[in-house]
Amino acid sequence: MKSIPLEARLIAAAIYFIAAPFIGGLLSGVDRVISARMQGRKGPSIFQGFYDIVKLLSKQRNCVNKIQVMYLGSFLFFIIFTGALFFAGCDLLMIFFSLTTANIFLAVAAASTNSPYATMGAQRELLQMLAYEPMTLLTAVGFYVATGTFKSAEMLTQIDLPAIVSLPGVFVGFLFILVIKLRKHPYDLSTSHHAHQEVVKGISTEFSGPVYALMELSHWYENVFLMGIVSMFFINNNPWSILWSIAASVIVYLVMILVDNTNARMKWDNMLKNTWIATMVLGALNIFILHIFK
Amino acid sequence: MSKMKKSPWIMHYDGASCNGCDIEVLACLTPLYDVERFGVINTGNPKHADILLITGGINTQCESVVKQIYSQMAEPKVVVAVGICACNGGVFKDCYNIKGGVDTTIPVDVYVPGCAARPESIIDGVVKAVDILEEKYENMKKKGGKAH
Repeated sequence: MKSIPLEARLIAAAIYFIAAPFIGGLLSGVDRVISARMQGRKGPSIFQGFYDIVKLLSKQRNCVNKIQVMYLGSFLFFIIFTGALFFAGCDLLMIFFSLTTANIFLAVAAASTNSPYATMGAQRELLQMLAYEPMTLLTAVGFYVATGTFKSAEMLTQIDLPAIVSLPGVFVGFLFILVIKLRKHPYDLSTSHHAHQEVVKGISTEFSGPVYALMELSHWYENVFLMGIVSMFFINNNPWSILWSIAASVIVYLVMILVDNTNARMKWDNMLKNTWIATMVLGALNIFILHIFK
Repeated sequence: MSKMKKSPWIMHYDGASCNGCDIEVLACLTPLYDVERFGVINTGNPKHADILLITGGINTQCESVVKQIYSQMAEPKVVVAVGICACNGGVFKDCYNIKGGVDTTIPVDVYVPGCAARPESIIDGVVKAVDILEEKYENMKKKGGKAH
């Protein structure tokens, strides 16, 4: 049984820290261009995300209160921490709990402003967390049942068959919550990735200029981390599997854009019902069957 | 480098408009004109917006709303008055409840005349507004990041 040396794991985390904003920004640009093409428009430049961030950073600093920046800073910190843990090959349970902590900070940052729109956005964010948390937990458990370990680094070196073979249900269930996490229709309740208008701008209503840039940057980090989880399903001990797992996550991202452009926003109770049904039927049943036949 | 030019986010507010200009503003977003080509986003949140696009004249009811929206926008910011009513009150000028154009309430940077203003002229106005936005940003930088 070989394992990945600590140096390599730290380097992977460092690469994530440096490269994720660039990959995330490009992903958001690709998203906008493809969305525009799907609607018969030309769309912006593929680097539009970077232009937006540069502009937001050079706008006036308008903070509703001082504590808001600290909360958003913690959101960014914990998102980077989550991704770094993941790419350093740490415990999946730890990674998902760190992700939850990060999102709590985002909800608290919005709620701290006392604005009715931002507070409603924060409540909806908490509802979204309620909807997707069971599935993230089941994803971690699923990986454990399939591979015998919670550590993402060990999965990379130890398994012969990619996890997707034994976890197809968990994978589809994870795609369900990926819609929520990427803030795509039909489950973009707290705020949408694109500039659609719902309760002004939901959770991000009170963030403006550089503060909003902080939130966008965190989302880029988060998206890259989520795509990393998607590629975990396709990876095995063959080093070349990294290539096709990246290809698979690109395809998943394109599917997400398609879902975004072909659905209308749903009410929160529909979201909760659908995701929990998907969690129970696809996630839990998959793990149950795997447990019996193993 | 032009920081402001490549990502102008627009907030559209309908004053006492007849909705003619509003439909033309929305037409700018459709596949035929597609202003998102220039990085334009039609946002509903004044705190995210760089350009305030106002259609219709100002009446006594919407005056305070326009002032509040304008004050919530972060510097640098630019106001575009779209349509003849927003420019000077248009056909409603003499109505008892109409104060006049947008410039009776907040400072206007670009006037786009027309009844209704055509999408081409609205886009032209926004392009001019973006230049002014850049200019205002340069001035803001000279004053050490302070507004005004």
